[in-house]
Amino acid sequence: MTDKMYTFRPLNVGRIVLWSLFAIVLLVAPKVFDSSLSMTMLTQMGIAIIACLSYNMLLGQGGMLSFGHAVYSGLGSFAAIHVLNKVSEGAWNVPVSLLPLVGGVAGLLVSALLGSITTKKSGTIFAMITLGIGELVFSMSLMLPEFFGGEGGISSNRMVGEPFMGITFGPEIQVYYLIAVYTFVCTVLMFAFTQTPLGRILNAVRDNPERVEFIGYDTQRVRYLAFMIAGFFAGIAGGLYAINFEIVTAEVVSAHRSGAYLLFTFLGGALFFFGPIIGAVMMVLATVLLSEMTKAWLLYLGIFFLVMVMYAPGGISGLIMMNLRLAAYGMLRRLWTSYLALAGSLLVVLTAVAVIVEMVYHIKLNEALGPEMSFMGATINTHGVDAWVGSVFLLITGVGLFELVRRQFVHQWGQIQEDIEAENLRRQMH
Amino acid sequence: METFFVFALNGLSYGLLLFMLSSGLTLIFSMMGVLNFAHTSFYMLGAYFAYALTGSIGFFPALIVAPLLVGALGAAFERYSVRKVHPYGHVPELLVTFGLSYVVLEVVRLIWGPANVDYRVPEALDGALFTLANIQGHGLSWFAGAGDAAICAAAGNSCTQFPMYRGFMAMVALAMLVALWLLLTRTRIGLIIQAALTHPEMTQSLGHNVPRVMMGVFGGGCALAGLAGVIGGNAFVTEPNMAASVGAIIFVVVVVGGMGSLAGAFLASILIGLIQTFAVVIDVSVVSVMEKLGNPVAFDHWAYPILKISVSQMAPILPYLLLVLILIFRPKGLLGTREE
Repeated sequence: MTDKMYTFRPLNVGRIVLWSLFAIVLLVAPKVFDSSLSMTMLTQMGIAIIACLSYNMLLGQGGMLSFGHAVYSGLGSFAAIHVLNKVSEGAWNVPVSLLPLVGGVAGLLVSALLGSITTKKSGTIFAMITLGIGELVFSMSLMLPEFFGGEGGISSNRMVGEPFMGITFGPEIQVYYLIAVYTFVCTVLMFAFTQTPLGRILNAVRDNPERVEFIGYDTQRVRYLAFMIAGFFAGIAGGLYAINFEIVTAEVVSAHRSGAYLLFTFLGGALFFFGPIIGAVMMVLATVLLSEMTKAWLLYLGIFFLVMVMYAPGGISGLIMMNLRLAAYGMLRRLWTSYLALAGSLLVVLTAVAVIVEMVYHIKLNEALGPEMSFMGATINTHGVDAWVGSVFLLITGVGLFELVRRQFVHQWGQIQEDIEAENLRRQMH
Repeated sequence: METFFVFALNGLSYGLLLFMLSSGLTLIFSMMGVLNFAHTSFYMLGAYFAYALTGSIGFFPALIVAPLLVGALGAAFERYSVRKVHPYGHVPELLVTFGLSYVVLEVVRLIWGPANVDYRVPEALDGALFTLANIQGHGLSWFAGAGDAAICAAAGNSCTQFPMYRGFMAMVALAMLVALWLLLTRTRIGLIIQAALTHPEMTQSLGHNVPRVMMGVFGGGCALAGLAGVIGGNAFVTEPNMAASVGAIIFVVVVVGGMGSLAGAFLASILIGLIQTFAVVIDVSVVSVMEKLGNPVAFDHWAYPILKISVSQMAPILPYLLLVLILIFRPKGLLGTREE
C-alpha cells in the first residue's frame, strides 16, 4: 500500500501572468509592427531568442563559456536546408513545419559528438577548446563545398509540399507564426529544464563542482547532458533560420556568430532566465538597425560590452531585478531624481562620444563626400575647429557631471541597501 | 632534400613566433588565471604600431618602441579594466578581454582601414640568408647569400633559398626566450614573480606589491605579443583579421602543450609550426593513394568529397585536429601537470 501524500502548492499567479503576457506579445507583435522591416526583425528575434536561451543554458546555468555555439545552430541550419532540398526534389516527405526539429536533432547529434570532447574540461580551458572546435568546423566548411555550398551557400525554397489548412509558408506572416510557436514552446521547455533535477544539479556544478563530486555526481556527465540539450535547442533555432532565409552560408558556423551569441546573452544578463530574451531582442536591433545607422556600430557595441562587464556584470536583466527589489521595498522613489540626473549626464557623454566617433569615421571613410556630415539631423563640419572643440568640451562636461552624480548615487544606493537590511531584520523580529 | 631543410627551418621560425605569443599568454594565465582573449589583438597592435613607426623612425628603433607601447597599453588595460572585474571571477575577466578584442579590431580598422597595409621587411634584411643547392654528382651544398645563379640555373641542379628575415625572426625569438628565461630564473624580479605565482598572500605579507607585479606581468606578456607582431607582421600580412586568425591557433598551442606549462607551450608551438609548414606542400589524399595502389575510388562514391581532400587542403584544420586528438588521448596536454 502506498502512502498518499497530500501537498498543497499555491497557484503561481505571477508566473501564469508572465507566460500569458509572453504569449500575447508573440501573438500581437506582428499586428502592431506590420511593416516589412519590422516583420523580418520580429522573425529574427524569435530565432535569436531560442538561440540565446540555449546558449544561456551553458553560460548562465552551467557556467560554461562557449566560443563555438554557432556550430550547433549552424549545422542545424545546414541539416534543415538539405532536408528541405530533398523534400522539394520529392525524395523525402517531411512537412516544412517539422524542419526545425530536423535541425534540432542535427544539433543534438553534433553536440553529442563534439561535446564528448569539449566537456572533458571546464572553465577557461573549456572556452579555449570550444573556440578551437568552432574554428575546426568553420575551416571544414571551406573544404567541403559539397555540404556547405562554398561561397554562395545552399539555397532552397520553403514553399514545398501540400499546403496544410492553406498554410504554404509563402507569406512572411505565416513564417512568423511558425517561429512564434516554436519560440514559445522552446522557451517553456527551457524554463522547465531549469526546474528539473538535472537543471538544478547543473547550477550546482557551476557554483561548486567539487562538492557535487562529493555527493556522488559526475560533473563531466552533467555538463555533457546540458551541452547536448543546449545543442538541441540551438539546432531548432538553426532550422528556423533555414526556413526563414531559405539560404544558408558558411557564415552561420563562424566564430563571428558564436561571439555574437556570447556578447548579447551576456548583455541581456546570464543570471536570470529571461535575460537572454532581452539580449536576443538587442541582438536583432543592433545587427539590423544600428548597423544601418552607423558604420561604427561594432565599436559602440564593444565599448558598451566592456562597460557592462565592468560595472553591471548581471547585464540588463540584472539591473532590472536590482531595481525591482528596491521597488518591492518601496524605496525606488527615493532614487528617481538620481536616475534622472544619471540619465541626463549619460546622454551628454553619449552624444559627445558619438559625435567624436562619427566625425573620425567620416574623415576616414567618407572624405570623398566633403567635410560636411549629418548627425541626428544637424550638419557638422568635420574640418571645423569649433566642432572638435565643442564635442571635446561636451565630453569633459558630461564626464564631470556623470562622475558627480555617480558619487551621489553610489552613496544613496549603499544607504538604501542598509535600510533594506534593517527592514529585513525588523520583519524577522515581528 | 634541400627543400626539406628549408621547410624545416621555416617551420621552426614560425613555431618560435607562435611560442612568443603563447609564452605571454601562458605566463599571464598561470599567474593570474586570466585567459587573455585579446592577446592576439596586442599582437596585431604591435604590427600596426611598427608599421606606423617604421615610416618615421625606421624599423630597428620600432622593434624596441612598438613592443614597449603595446606593453604600456596592456598594463593600463590590466590596471583599469581587468583588476576591476577580478572580484567577480575568471569568466568576467575573460569577457572583459573578449570585449577589448572587439574594440581593438574596430579601432585598427578605423585608423588603418579594412585592407592590409604595406608593412614590409626592411631592406637590410631582405634577400636570402643562405642557399641550399642540390648539384648533380656533388650532392647537397651550401652557399651564403643568394648563391651562384649560374649553378642554380644549370640543368639537373636545384636550389632553395632560406630568407634572411626568417632567420632574423628566429634569432629575435630565441634571444627573447633566453632573456625571459634568465629574467625569471636568475634575477630578483623573477624570484618575486615566481613567488607571487605560487604564494601570493605570503609575497604580499613580505611587503611586495603583488597587484603591481601582476600588472607588470600582464604588460610584459602583452609586450611579448607586440614584439611578435613587429617581426611577424611583415613576414606574413598585416591586416585587421590577423588577430583572429592567429588567436585560435595559440589557444590550441596552450591547450596542447598543457595549461600553464611554458615548456609544453614551446613543444606545441614548434610542433604546430612544423605541421602547418609541411602540410601545405604534401599533396596527397586518400583518393590519390588508393589510385597509386591500383584501387581507385569511384567518382560518385558517397565519401568521395571527403576522401579527395589532400593534406595540403587540410592544413588549416590540422592544429584543431591535433587539439581533438590530444584531448582524447592526453587530456592534460603534452607536458601539463594539472588535471582539470
